Parts: sequence; structure tokens; C-alpha cells
Amino acid sequence: MPSFPMNDLFLIAPEIIVVLLAMAVLVLDVFVPKENKRYLAYLSVAGLAVAAVFTWDLRDLQSTIFSGMFIVDNYAIYFKTLFFTATALAILISINFIKVESIDRGEYYALLLFATTGMMVMASGADLISIYLGLELMALSLYILAGFMRDRMRSNEAALKYFLLGAFSSGILLYGISIMYGVTGATNLREIAAFIQTGQYSRPALMVSVILMVAGFGFKIAAVPFHSWAPDVYEGAPTSVTAFMSVGPKAAGFAAFLRVFTEAFPGIQPDWTVIIATLAIMSMLIGNVVAIAQTNIKRMLAYSSIAHAGYAMVGFVAWGEQGLSSVMLYLFIYTFMNIGAFGMVILLRKSGETGEEIQDFAGLAKKNRLAALAMLIFMFSLAGIPPTAGFIGKFYIFMAAINAGFLWLAIIGVLMSAISAYFYLRVIMVMYMSEPAGEFEMSGSTSIYLAMIVAAVAILYIGMYPTDMIAFAKDSIVGMM
Amino acid sequence: MTEYIFNTLGYPILSLTTFIPLFGALVILVFVRGKDDNLARWLALVTSAVTFIVSIPLVTSFDTTTHNMQFVESRPWIAAWNVNYTIGVDGISVLLVLLTTLLSLICVIASWKAIQKHVKEYMIVLLLLETGMLGVFVALDLFLFYIFWEAMLIPMYLLIGIWGGPRKLYAAVKFFLYTLAGSVLMLIGIIALYYKGGNTFEIVRLMGQHYPYEFQFWVFLAFFLAFAIKVPMFPFHTWLPDAHVEAPTAGSVILAGVLLKMGTYGFLRFNLPMFPDATMHFTPMVLVLSVIAIIYGALVAMVQDDLKKLIAYSSVSHMGFVTLGIFAFNTQGLEGGILQMLNHGVTTGALFLCVGLIYERTHTRMIADFGGLTKRLPIYATLFMIFTLSSLGLPGMNGFVGEFLILLGAFTSQRIYAVIGTTGIILGAAYMLWMFQRVMFMELKPKNEGLIDIDLREAITLIPLAVLVFWIGIMPNPFLNIMHETVRHLLEQVNGGSQVATAAAGLIH
Repeated sequence: MPSFPMNDLFLIAPEIIVVLLAMAVLVLDVFVPKENKRYLAYLSVAGLAVAAVFTWDLRDLQSTIFSGMFIVDNYAIYFKTLFFTATALAILISINFIKVESIDRGEYYALLLFATTGMMVMASGADLISIYLGLELMALSLYILAGFMRDRMRSNEAALKYFLLGAFSSGILLYGISIMYGVTGATNLREIAAFIQTGQYSRPALMVSVILMVAGFGFKIAAVPFHSWAPDVYEGAPTSVTAFMSVGPKAAGFAAFLRVFTEAFPGIQPDWTVIIATLAIMSMLIGNVVAIAQTNIKRMLAYSSIAHAGYAMVGFVAWGEQGLSSVMLYLFIYTFMNIGAFGMVILLRKSGETGEEIQDFAGLAKKNRLAALAMLIFMFSLAGIPPTAGFIGKFYIFMAAINAGFLWLAIIGVLMSAISAYFYLRVIMVMYMSEPAGEFEMSGSTSIYLAMIVAAVAILYIGMYPTDMIAFAKDSIVGMM
Repeated sequence: MTEYIFNTLGYPILSLTTFIPLFGALVILVFVRGKDDNLARWLALVTSAVTFIVSIPLVTSFDTTTHNMQFVESRPWIAAWNVNYTIGVDGISVLLVLLTTLLSLICVIASWKAIQKHVKEYMIVLLLLETGMLGVFVALDLFLFYIFWEAMLIPMYLLIGIWGGPRKLYAAVKFFLYTLAGSVLMLIGIIALYYKGGNTFEIVRLMGQHYPYEFQFWVFLAFFLAFAIKVPMFPFHTWLPDAHVEAPTAGSVILAGVLLKMGTYGFLRFNLPMFPDATMHFTPMVLVLSVIAIIYGALVAMVQDDLKKLIAYSSVSHMGFVTLGIFAFNTQGLEGGILQMLNHGVTTGALFLCVGLIYERTHTRMIADFGGLTKRLPIYATLFMIFTLSSLGLPGMNGFVGEFLILLGAFTSQRIYAVIGTTGIILGAAYMLWMFQRVMFMELKPKNEGLIDIDLREAITLIPLAVLVFWIGIMPNPFLNIMHETVRHLLEQVNGGSQVATAAAGLIH
């Protein structure tokens, strides 16, 4: 019997740190008085920083551990860096918000950290089973977080909807995994790929399995037609949770999606390319067109996030080194701009009402120039206008698509992105060009302003000097292809 | 083959010209507190004045004996995509750079009193816009060009949307979406060109290659759409009157003076030299559209009752002349077209300033509200008349030289279009003179009795432009000399390119 691989523990140190951190937060919560819950947030952010240091220590190792269940490679490290950033920013914009909403309990941060752990496992999963475990850990934490405002009808409704549909989608994914096992006799991604390479498989069964997996992952990244939960859940969940949900778990979904299809199914790439391309077109089309009609900014951002999943999938279709790195770069950039946009919704939360209608932004520029300027940057970035990072992200994706021969997909993409400018511009218009309807009561705090400034500066920096981020994304897929 | 002549002035003149406004904007953003409007105005004035002064050596040290890119600066920017920060000017762009720095300076002065709300933000936006426009003209890297091209939409959108008239929101969004919709397809074209041209965004290297006809066809269309919307050519012009009417005076001046030139500049810089075969193929279409724009723009201008709308439609007509000249493909036509770009910037910019001055006094732009203004505003009327006559192309003034060269060029190569286009000049005289008559002569309305003539600051905004009107009108040679070599080389590229194709086709058959 082999001894317990102590060396492997070193390789999953980041995961262990985050889990310990979550548990520490849970325990300390009991001792921290109600008015000092923010220290738990600071502790969580500091802990994530430590985990990030350990993660970066593992760069260029490329080793598989736990009998091929778990892989530590640059790809996983890239996504983990993204998750730490997303979680840290989400925590920073949460501190004041959950206090105002009277939901400032320590479990909130613990659940965010547990979800982060799940996401990390998803990014490092080298086996369908471990990916599924990570996905469920993430999803279960999110169901609770969505319903964290338990005395609000809306929040409860969001949690229940999310849970029911999420459970279904997990079931579908699991079904796909079991058929895959039936066809190939393996759950390990590399073994599946090797089996497919032999060509001795039942094609219909394999395709059914692939389609079921697309459905399962498609749900997590909110791609059309598996998107119907997103607007309701985004609207009902506490805004800080929505902010987190729209970036972290979406990126984690992509991390697993890309890895499974790249490592396990390269042999049947033409088959799934058609499916992903269809999803990409539908997501861009429906996300952008329906977003135009929204008056609630959280719903608008929900549809916009569906559309952005569509753009990212264009890079997925392009595949190859360029395609994959373009998706990864896009997801990182998207993290900054979307957390920023949701952070602004939180900032505008008026006591009593919610401050979620786009009209509530009226005249913001007159009252708070800095906040309005930050929102302007986020909106132009989401619309993909230079010199913001959003442009760089889209440019790279369309470049990859054209290079891979998907010219028509790129054309649809840019046209949709031109349409999207309409509803992002509307927010700017309301902020800068309308008169304020009433007094603004900004629920601002140092931490949320810090998060917004970090996001805005990152967007401008990547927008004007993207070299480092592109290199980071490119280095991260070495060994993947 | 176009080469780089690197900048030897000892200081990065083009980078300075391009980014001093940005720097000034940042200074205003950081150092001007809340309500200190005058500080913002002065800082903007100093910034744009310095920019203008810094840009002057571009013309005085310009080497007119070469078509190569001059004052070039180049350094790597995004290595992964082979993007370089390369900027430089040739005989086409150098004049537009000067036009931009001059008009921006004038716009700051013209906005001194007209803008009373959010002065700080206004000046920031105006300066950002200047950097964006200059960047478009000096960029020698397609990626860099596109960044400036798009980024410039943001300040222009804000300028119309925040400081505009009653229907500003509609106009701002329309402006933004129209131009964006056109440019995104150009983005696809740019990426396609990047791969076709050997993984490079370098404009001069992309020029020196020959692309298959089918490729040229589609990429030409992608670029053409973006530029045609910007010019704007018929039938893509509908955003222009709205944007002009709602924009503040400086917005209109910039829009007419510089932004529209970006479209025709795009034709000259990209469509003609890069896709000569497709250019030949599409020439009849462009010429028809140009002639329609000339006649249609003039006819619609004739029936306008709003001064700004009238001048906006006259822009459509004048820009039709520019495209007619460019697509005539001979020295006269091209030089006339480029000169007319400059003329239109000077004259139409000045006309919008004139309308702005009278609007500040009366808060109306309706022609019917005026009449007999010569009696109360003699200096104003004189200047207005100079620009009116320049606009309709009176000999001795700039408009005449440009239009004459264009028609001369068009007459040699595209006779029928020249003949039809000439009627546009007659129509131009008709609507401009009729407008002038109704505004300046006839009975003075009682409510206009108390109007006072323009003051020194206002005169300063108009006089430099009036000087240019006569300067170009009487001595156009210094201006034509600057562009001469570049135009000659451009013609070589167009004709040479299509001859290569013909020869190749001959070999195959």
C-alpha cells in the first residue's frame, strides 16, 4: 500500500489554505461582535493573498497528483489568480453592503471562500469526477448565498430557482459523465482522449454525452439556451453575491468547460465546434437584444453577462493556442469590468428603495464625479470601446476567430457588440445627461471605493498596455494543447 | 515603397503634439477644484496654444521633396500582436494635423463664454478629443489608428450629449451608434489585413503589397463603410444634421472641421493605396454617390430654415466634391480634394462659429428670426460674408481653388460627373447667397435692435480663418507643394497596383 503522498499536499496547499481560511472565519465569527464583522472580511482578503502567493509558487510545475485526479499547471494557476481577484474584489464591495442589508454574518465570507475552493478544484480537475466535485461545492455555496437575504421574498425566490435549475443541470452533467464512462470506460480526461483516439467508440452515445456536458457547463456560464435562470437570480440575489456570481463561477465554468473539451475531446473537435458556435451566436444575439429592453440594471447586466459568455465562446470556437488564451484574457478583463459595474449598483443603493433602476443613476455625474467617471470606464469597457481593456479582450477574441477561419462568427460578434453599445451608453447618458431625480445617498465606504479604483485602473492599464496580460494568458496554456 | 524618415528634431514632435492635450486634460482633472471655471479655461487655452505652437515646425521643417513618412517615431507596444507605436506624417496628414491644432485652439477661445456649466469637464473633453483626432492623423500602425479612431467617439459623444441642445440625447446616441456600426466592420477588415499582409499592422508595409482581387473587394467595402459614414457620403449622412444641430458651437466646428476629414483621409490612406483594384472597381459607385451628395446636399440646404442645418447639409455637398476629386485619380483631382478638405475645415468651421456667435446673442438659429443684421453688426457681417463667399467658391478665395482643381481633374477623367457636379456650385451660390440675404439684409427685426457687434475675443476666433481663406485663395502653392510628392506617389500606388493586376490577369489568360 503506497504511503500517503505528502508531497501532493504541497501542491494543493492553495486549496487547503482557502478551506482552512473559510473554517477559521466560521469559528471566529462566533467571537467577533456584530459591529466588527468587517475584520472577518479583511482576514479573508489577507488569506486569499497568502493563497495566491502559494499558488504562484507552483508555476511551471505541470504535475498531476492524486492518481490523475488533480493537476497543477499554469492553466489552473491562471484561473486561480482570476478567482482570488474576483473573490477579493467581491468581498471588498460586500463589507458595507451586507451591513446595510443586515446580513453581515460571518457565514457570508465563509461561503464565498468555500465557493472559491470549489472553483479552484474545477480549474485543477483532471478528471470528470473531481471537476464535478468542485462544481458542486461551488454551486451549493452559491445557492445559499443567493438566498442570503432570507427575509426577502426576492432573494428566496432567486435561491430556490437557482437551486432547482442548478440541481437539474448538475444532474444532466452527471448523466453526461456517466454515459462518457460507459462509452470510454474512463473519467480521466487524458484517458478519455486516448480512447477516442483509437476510434473504437459508439459515435451516437459519445455525442449524446458531449451534448449533455455542454448543457451542464452551459448552465454554469449562462449560455443561451441554458440562461433562463440568470436574469431572475441576478436580480433577486444580494447585489454583492450577483457581482461575484457573474464573474467567478462563470470563469470557473469556462475553466472546466475549456479543459474538458481541450484535453478529453480534441479528437472530435469539429463536432463540438458546431455546437459551441451555435451557442455563441445565440448568446450574443439574445443577450444583447434583450438587454436593450431592460430597465433594471441588474437584469440588464444579467443579459449583458449572457452576451459576454457568447463573446468568450467565440474564442472557444477558434480554439488553438490563440483561441484559448483569448478566452482566458477576456474572462480576466470581464472580471474587473463587471465587478466594477455591480459595485456601482451597490454604491447607489439607497436606504428604503434599492437603487437598481437605471433611472436611479440620473444625474450621478453632478453628485459624485469620481463614481460617475468609474462607471463610465466600466460601461465603455463592457461595450468594448478603446482605450479600455474591454476592447483588447474583444479584439483578441475576434483576431483568434478570424485566424482560425471563423470570419462570419467574428462579424456577428462585432455587430452584436455595436448593438450592445446602445444599452451601455444609456447608463452613461442617464448619469451624465439627466438631472438628478432626488438626493443621492451613497452607501460608500473605503473598501468599496478601493475595489472600484482597482477595477478602473486595471481596465485602463490593460487597455493601454496589455502586453503583460497577454503574455500571462499565453504562458498559461503551454502544455495544454 | 514608402520609407520612414525618422524624426531628427531632437524632441519627439509628433508625440508631443498628440499628447500635450491629453496631459493638459489630466492637469485640469487633477488640479482644478470644483467651481474654479476660469482656471480650467486658462489651462485649456494654454494647453491648446502650446499644442498649436509645437505643431508649427511640422510644416516649416517639412521636406516637400519626398513622399516618405516624416518625423517618424516608432517603438514596440504590444509585442504579442506585433503592434508598434509608430507615428509620422506625410503630405496629406501634415496639413490636417495643423488644421486640427488650429481649430482646437479656436474652439477653446470660442467656448470661453458660451459654456457656463461644467466648464472643467468641458475643457477636459475638448482636449481629449484633440488628442484623439491628432492620433488618427499621425498613426502609422493600423491598431493604433483604430484605437484613436474609436476612442475619439467617447469625448465627441459626451460633448454633444452633455453640452448640446434640446434633442442632444437622440443626436449623441445616433452619432455614436452610426459611427460605431461602421467602424466595427473595419475592425474585421483590419484583422483580415493583418493576417493577409504577413502579421503586421504597419500601414506602410501593408501598402506595399498586392492582395488578391476578392480579398481587396471585401476589405475595401469594410473600410469604405466606416469612412463613408464618417464623411458622410449619401446615403449615410443622416446622423450629421442631427449631430450638428444639437452640438455646442465648438462641437460643430470640430465635427465639420476635423471629424468629417477623417473619412476622406481614410480613403486616401487606406482604400486607394492598399486596394487599388477594388478601388477601380468601385469608382463608378463612389462617383455616383459623390454627385448625388453634391446635388442632394445643396438642394436640401436650400430649404432649411435653421442656419446650422443649412450649413450641415452644405457640408454634405462640399464633401461630395472632395470624394469626387479623390476618385478622379489624377493630380489635379487629388490635390484639389485634399485642399478642399482643408478649405472645408476652415470655411465651414468659421461658418459654424458665426452661427454660434449670433446664437449666443439671440438664442435662435432660425433664419426667419433675423434680417438686417448688417445695420447692428457690421464687423460680424463682413466676416460672415467672407466665409459665405468662400463657401460658394468665389475666385480669390480658398473654396474656388479647391473646387476648380477638383472639377478640372474630374473633367479630364470623368467628364460626365464633372459636368453634373458643376451644377452643385451654382446651387451652392444660390443657397448661400439667399441665406446671407435673409439674415444680413432686409428689414431689421425690432427684437434685434439691441444686438451688439462682436468683441475682440470673438474676432480672434474668426480672423485667423479669414486670413487662411485669402491665403489659400490667392497663394495656394505653398499648400499644394506640401502634398505634391505624396499625391504623385499615391497615384503611382493606385495605378501601379492595378497595372500589376492587369498584367497578372494577362499572364493567366
